[in-house]
Amino acid sequence: MLLPSGMPGHFDDPKPTTDQASYETVQRVMGAIADEVNVIDLGPRPEQTSTQSLVPIPPRPARELPDPEPPDREIRTGDVDPWGRSERVRSLARRLYDPLYKYWFRVQWEGIEHIPTESGALLVSNHAGAIPSDAPAIMHGIETELGRPVYGLAEYLFRDLPGIGTLWSRTGGVTAHPDNAYRLLKEDQQLVLVFPEGAKGTGKLYKDRYRLARFGRAGFVEIAMRAGVPIIPIAVIGAEESMPILFKSHRLANLLGIPYAPITANMLMFGPLGGLVYLPAKFRIRVLEPIHFTAEPDQERYSRARVMEASEMIRGRIQEALYDMLRTRRSTWW
Amino acid sequence: MRVLVTGLGTFWGSRLAQALEQFDDIEVIVGLDTDEPRLPLERTEFVRADSDYSILHRIVKATKVDTILHTHLLVDSTENSNRRMHEVNVIGTMNLLAAAGAAGSTVRKLIVKSSTLIYGAGKRDPYFFREDMQRTTSPRTEVERSLLETSAFVRDFAVDNPHVVVTKLRFSNALGDDITSPFARSLSLPIVPEILGFDPRLQFVHEDDITGALIFATRNDIPGVYNVAGRGTMPWSEICQVVGKRRIPLPPFFTNWAAEPLRMTRVVDLPPEVLDLLRYGRVVDTRAYRRAGFEYKYTTAATVNAFARSLRLESVVGDSNPSYRYERDVETFFRHSPAISREGNE
Repeated sequence: MLLPSGMPGHFDDPKPTTDQASYETVQRVMGAIADEVNVIDLGPRPEQTSTQSLVPIPPRPARELPDPEPPDREIRTGDVDPWGRSERVRSLARRLYDPLYKYWFRVQWEGIEHIPTESGALLVSNHAGAIPSDAPAIMHGIETELGRPVYGLAEYLFRDLPGIGTLWSRTGGVTAHPDNAYRLLKEDQQLVLVFPEGAKGTGKLYKDRYRLARFGRAGFVEIAMRAGVPIIPIAVIGAEESMPILFKSHRLANLLGIPYAPITANMLMFGPLGGLVYLPAKFRIRVLEPIHFTAEPDQERYSRARVMEASEMIRGRIQEALYDMLRTRRSTWW
Repeated sequence: MRVLVTGLGTFWGSRLAQALEQFDDIEVIVGLDTDEPRLPLERTEFVRADSDYSILHRIVKATKVDTILHTHLLVDSTENSNRRMHEVNVIGTMNLLAAAGAAGSTVRKLIVKSSTLIYGAGKRDPYFFREDMQRTTSPRTEVERSLLETSAFVRDFAVDNPHVVVTKLRFSNALGDDITSPFARSLSLPIVPEILGFDPRLQFVHEDDITGALIFATRNDIPGVYNVAGRGTMPWSEICQVVGKRRIPLPPFFTNWAAEPLRMTRVVDLPPEVLDLLRYGRVVDTRAYRRAGFEYKYTTAATVNAFARSLRLESVVGDSNPSYRYERDVETFFRHSPAISREGNE
């Protein structure tokens, strides 16, 4: 067992391999060795009668049923769900954020009726602001208007931040693992918000505003196809001006281990701590027509070409909507 | 059915043997360990072995067992040295599998009690580990390394011996009246440690469900790997609340160093793999085993609640379970002496 097969002293039966020729070679070599060294005969191996061969992982059913949290009402003291979201914390956050939403950003929605009130859907939006201000606005708006939770996918980085990470998780943040997204969409039929640009969107300079960055590797399209849910593109304007990045320091970012280290207009205006204060840009959010896929859900793989094509199409629609909204915008602030 | 149980000297092994004794169609129960059984057993035969089971080959041959319940994988690194974990987990399993797969072996079923420690805990983890998912962090501690190595042995054994039903159960953190684990010990402290700014999602499995799950695999043919954990998840803060304990934060940076004084003063030993759990948590998907037919008695919340109750009782009456001591002469007398009337027992 400890010796590589074929070595003298290896007295185990050679396993029948699929390659018949190599099996015969091994047999011949073993025969030759048998004459020279003491081969211990352990008798026949147990005969392999049962057809029940071990599948290391039992196959999963085509459609896995949802696994709701057991109630345990008389035991549990909190309301943290399996994803770490707490409706209590979330409603407190909504109450605190509401003045900012109403009076600072004065968020205006267009086409919110495109978002389903029951089934799962993947919301895809453009991303901007050094500390992105679009995610809370979108989540707040949908939760107050539709009364259903929104889970926001984000970088793994958040899970590493003490305090902030816990708060982020309690208010509906989930790390962007493909399986997390799939479960939320397919099994829990929830609304999931994703920013395919990621840090490339939030870390772009002010001069590049409203020009969409690359949409990752289009993983979000594949997950929506797999989960069999529509993608709902969302275009946001205002976030870019709420915290514009003027310069970036790669060296500082590397030193601190963060995706980008920005110098924002806010910092120049209000001092270093003022970097946490948003400028009161007027937010306009437009929800575009949902995109349904004809591909069957739960397939083993999806054509990369089709996935990339769909991703580019969605990116194009959001870009177009942004240009359209900017054309009709009279002022950044009103 | 003729059953061999490894790790009879551990709490699990003894509990399991006790449960197996209830089934009449299980004719023979042989228990193997370096230590004596922890609970009184009626008809289980105890054999003292080396930690690496070098005599197993002879035992399997002589007793003609058809089922091996390998419960002796050490997962508590606070109670076992790295060396011992390597000896018992890696070498022990290797010898066990060699004996079970030897020519003329009568073994037709192998059940391995493993741990969800094998998935690790890290920021890139999925929120729910399915059995087919790999860990995202590289193993840092001996307990994780030895479990991974053991897992590879078991997989190879399963491939080489298709006539043997191999079931591997990965158990989540255990809580119960009678067992000790780093979590149970932490929750028994007057003030429970946490990592400042982290409130991980955790799962627990009740000791009764652990025995139940092992018995279920013994009674049914369910080859494959299965996670076993109580349904539901709970954040650490809420677990401490249910148990009725206050929390003391450890710093989020250099946590392992900060835990060192606690280790040295023997207040509580929080090994690196447990600190990772207190930071990131770990939740596994438990649907596969339920689909196979197993029914849990306890959810995660119910497990924590049961533990809280037993802690409360213990704080009033002290140790509520008088411990049993195995004495060979007495056991031999009860089992084999002609003076013992066996009619009432049949």
